[in-house]
Amino acid sequence: MGFAASVTLGLAGLFALAWVLRAGARALLTGHSRSIASDMPLTAAFGLLVIVIYAFVAIAAPLLAPFPERDIVGTQFQAWSADHPLGTDRIGRDMLSRLIYGARNTVGIAFATTALAFVVGSLLGLWAALTGGWLDQILSRFVDALMAIPALIFSLLLLTIFGTSVLSLILVIAAVDATRVFRLARSVAQGIVVMDYIEAARLRGEGAWFLIRREILPNAMAPLVAEFGLRFCFVFLSISSLSFLGLGIKPPTADWGSMVRDNATLITFGDVTPLLPAGCIALLTVAVNFVVDWQLYRASGLREATQ
Amino acid sequence: MTREVLLRIEGLRIEGRSGDTWSEIVKGVDLTLHKGEVLGLIGESGAGKSTVGLAAMGFARDGCKITGGSIMFDGIDLRRATEAQRRALRGKRIAYVAQSAAASFNPAHRLIEQYAEAPVIHGVMARDKAEKDAVDLYRKMQLPDPEGIGFRYPHQVSGGQLQRAMTAMAMACRPDLIIFDEPTTALDVTTQIEVLAAIRDIVRQFDTAAIYITHDLAVVAQAADRIKVLLRGEEVEEAPTRQMLDAPREEYTKSLWAVRSFARPVQPPATAAPVLSVRGVTAAYGKTVVLEDVSFDIHAGRTVAVVGESGSGKSTTARVITGLLPPTSGEIVFDGAALPPALKARTRNQLRQVQMIYQMADTALNPKQRLRELIGRPAQMYLGLHGRALDARVRDLLHLIELDPDTYIDRLPGELSGGQKQRIGIARALAAEPRVIICDEVTSALDQIVQEGILQLLTRLQDEFGLAYMFITHDIATVRAIADEVVVMQRGRVVDAGHKTEIFTPPHQPYTELLLSSVPEMDPDWLTRLLDSRA
Repeated sequence: MGFAASVTLGLAGLFALAWVLRAGARALLTGHSRSIASDMPLTAAFGLLVIVIYAFVAIAAPLLAPFPERDIVGTQFQAWSADHPLGTDRIGRDMLSRLIYGARNTVGIAFATTALAFVVGSLLGLWAALTGGWLDQILSRFVDALMAIPALIFSLLLLTIFGTSVLSLILVIAAVDATRVFRLARSVAQGIVVMDYIEAARLRGEGAWFLIRREILPNAMAPLVAEFGLRFCFVFLSISSLSFLGLGIKPPTADWGSMVRDNATLITFGDVTPLLPAGCIALLTVAVNFVVDWQLYRASGLREATQ
Repeated sequence: MTREVLLRIEGLRIEGRSGDTWSEIVKGVDLTLHKGEVLGLIGESGAGKSTVGLAAMGFARDGCKITGGSIMFDGIDLRRATEAQRRALRGKRIAYVAQSAAASFNPAHRLIEQYAEAPVIHGVMARDKAEKDAVDLYRKMQLPDPEGIGFRYPHQVSGGQLQRAMTAMAMACRPDLIIFDEPTTALDVTTQIEVLAAIRDIVRQFDTAAIYITHDLAVVAQAADRIKVLLRGEEVEEAPTRQMLDAPREEYTKSLWAVRSFARPVQPPATAAPVLSVRGVTAAYGKTVVLEDVSFDIHAGRTVAVVGESGSGKSTTARVITGLLPPTSGEIVFDGAALPPALKARTRNQLRQVQMIYQMADTALNPKQRLRELIGRPAQMYLGLHGRALDARVRDLLHLIELDPDTYIDRLPGELSGGQKQRIGIARALAAEPRVIICDEVTSALDQIVQEGILQLLTRLQDEFGLAYMFITHDIATVRAIADEVVVMQRGRVVDAGHKTEIFTPPHQPYTELLLSSVPEMDPDWLTRLLDSRA
C-alpha cells in the first residue's frame, strides 16, 4: 500500500470516527453541552478528536512507545520493518518511539509557552486598556519597541544570552508572543471599557482586579480563545524552527523539529520518514485551526444569549 | 377624490429566522396607497412596521423572507420581478429614508456626491445637473447655506440637517413613493419640528406618496392622511387620520392613546432640607467649559426633572454628581456635607447613597453576568451580604421589580426584553439601598407602553422608600407625568427652574416656551398652527 494512500485512508478514518463521536455526543448529552455538540461542524469534531489523540499520546508516551526515547536500539537508518515500524534514525534510535515522545516534549512545551504568553499578555493588555493614561502609554510603547524586532531574531538573541534550557525557551518565546496577545487584548478591551456597565462598576467603587476579572474578561474571552488556538500553532512552529536551528530543545530529547533536521538526508533517498514529524506538526496545526474557526464562528455568528 | 392606486399589498406574509427556526413576523397585512397619499404606519417595536415598509420595495432584510401575498407597485408585481427589475425601481421610483441618517450616509463621501449617485446610476440626470438640482432641493428643505452644505462630509453636519439632506437625497429622482422609517425618532423635539415640517412640505410639493413609519402618534398625525396600526405583524385598524384620532375603534389603539395619561399626583413642595444639592458647579472637558454655575436641590421622595436638548449639559451634570468628572468650581453637598469631588476619594458609603440607571440597558448590564450576580454584587459589596442572605435579597429585589425570581434569577441579560432589562437596571440601583437615584433617559429607548410600566414602577418605589430622583430626559411628556421640580438647561446653564406647576404655567421663559411648544400634540393641525405662530 502506498504512503499517500495510507495517509488518505487514515485521515478519512479520523473524519469518520469524528462523525460517529459527534453523533454519539448529540444522542447522549443534555442541555447546554448538547446544543454545543449539535452546532459543531464536522471539521471541529475532527479537530477535537485529533487534539484528544495527541494529548493521549503525549500523556501515555512511556506506555505506547515500543522502545525508550534515548536508547540506541539498532543500526543507523534502518528501513521500516516489523521490529522498527518507522525504521531507526541517524544513530540507530527507534523513530516511532521518538515520534511518540516528541509529542510529549514539543506539544507540552508549546502549550506551556502559549498559556504563559496569554496570562501575561492578556492581563497586561486588559489592565492597560482599563487604566489608560501613562500606564497604557508606557506598556504600549514598550510592546511596540519589542515588536519592532523580528520575532525569530529576537528569540535567537535572547536564547544566546540566557542559554538554551527548556525553561528559558519557554520564557523567551512566551515573552515574544505576549506582545502580540497584549495588543489584541488591549484593543478588544478598549471596546468594552467604554460600555456603561463598566462605568456602573466603577461608580460602585470596584477595584481594577474585579473589573478585569469579572466585567471585562468574560466579554473578551471569545476573541482571546480564538487567538489562543492560532498562537499555539505559531509557538509550535517557532519551537520547531528554533530546534531545527539547534537552539530549541536539546538532544537527546526527542523533538519533532530536530527530528526533521537530523534525518533530512534520507529525503534525498526518496524516504518519507523525515517528513513524518513535520506531518505531525501539520496535522495538529490544522486540527487546532478547525477548532478555532468553530470558536470564532460561535463568538461572532451564534448569539446564544439572544435565543 | 380618490386617485389611482400606486401600491397595493395583499395578504403579505414575512417570516424571520431566529436560530434555526422560522417564525412569521408579518401575518397577512393588506395595504393600499394612492398616488400622492401619505400613510402612517404605527406600532410598538416588533410590530413589523419596518419589515412591511421594506417589503413595499420588494426587499426583505437578512434573515427574513417574504413567503406569501402580492406586492403590486404601479402595475409591476414586485414579488415576481427579477432582482434587476427591482433594483431599477429602487432609488428611482421608490426611495427609502432611514431612522439614523448618521449611520446611513457613507462617512467617506461628501453629501452632494452621495446625492448625485442615484440619479447618475439610473440615468435620470447627468452629474452636473444632479448637483445643481441638489442645491435646489437643499434650499427647499430649508438647509442653511444650500450652495455649500453639499460639499461637507456627514460628520460636519448636525443630526437634524443630515436627516433633511437624506430626505433631499431620497427626492433626487423624484420618486413616486418614499418610505420614511422613523425619520425623526432620534432627534430632539426642537429639531424634530424642523425636519417634520420640511418632510411634509416637500412631499406635498412634489406630490409624492409616502409611507411614514413611527411609534409616535402625535408625529404621524401631522403628516399622514391615513393611519394604519399594527400589532405583532397584524393590522389592528386603519382609518383617516382625523377619524383615528377622534374615535379609535379598537381597544389596543385606545391603549396607545392612554399611555400619555399616566401621571403621578402632584406632591406638596418639600419642606425638609434637601438630600442632595448641586451648588454653583462649573465643569469643563479640557478647556471647553460644559457646565456653568449650575445649582439645584433634590429632596427625599421627590423627583427633579432635568430637561434640555442634547448637548445642554444634562448628562454632564450627572457625571459631576457621581464624581466621574470633578468640577472646576462649586460642590456637591449630600446630607449637609460636601462630597469629595473625585470618585476615588469617596468612601464606599458615599458611593452607595447615589446610584445611577442608564438609558441603554443593553450596554449598562454586563451581557456575560447572570441576574443573580448583576443585582447581587452591590448588595454583597455595600451591605456585606453572602450566601443565603444574598440569595434572599436578590429574590426580594426581583419581586420588587415585578419579575418572578425562580424564572429569572439565573438568566443572562440577553434573555430579557428591553423593558425587563431596564427593570434589572432599577433593581441593581435599589440593591445598594441608596437615597438618590439618577435616571439618565431611562425610558427613551423603550416603547410607550413599556415606558409607562417603568414610570409606574419608579413612582411606586419612590413612595415606598422615599427615594429622591434626578430624572434626566428630553421628553416633556415624561416630565409632566412624574416630575415635582423641573430644571431646564441650555448650553450648560440652568435657564429656568422651579416647581412643575410654575414651569408649565405661562408665562414661560423664552427657551422653556420653545421647548414646550415643540412637543407634538395629538392634533393634526398642531404643526400648521405652530409654524404659523412662529412665522
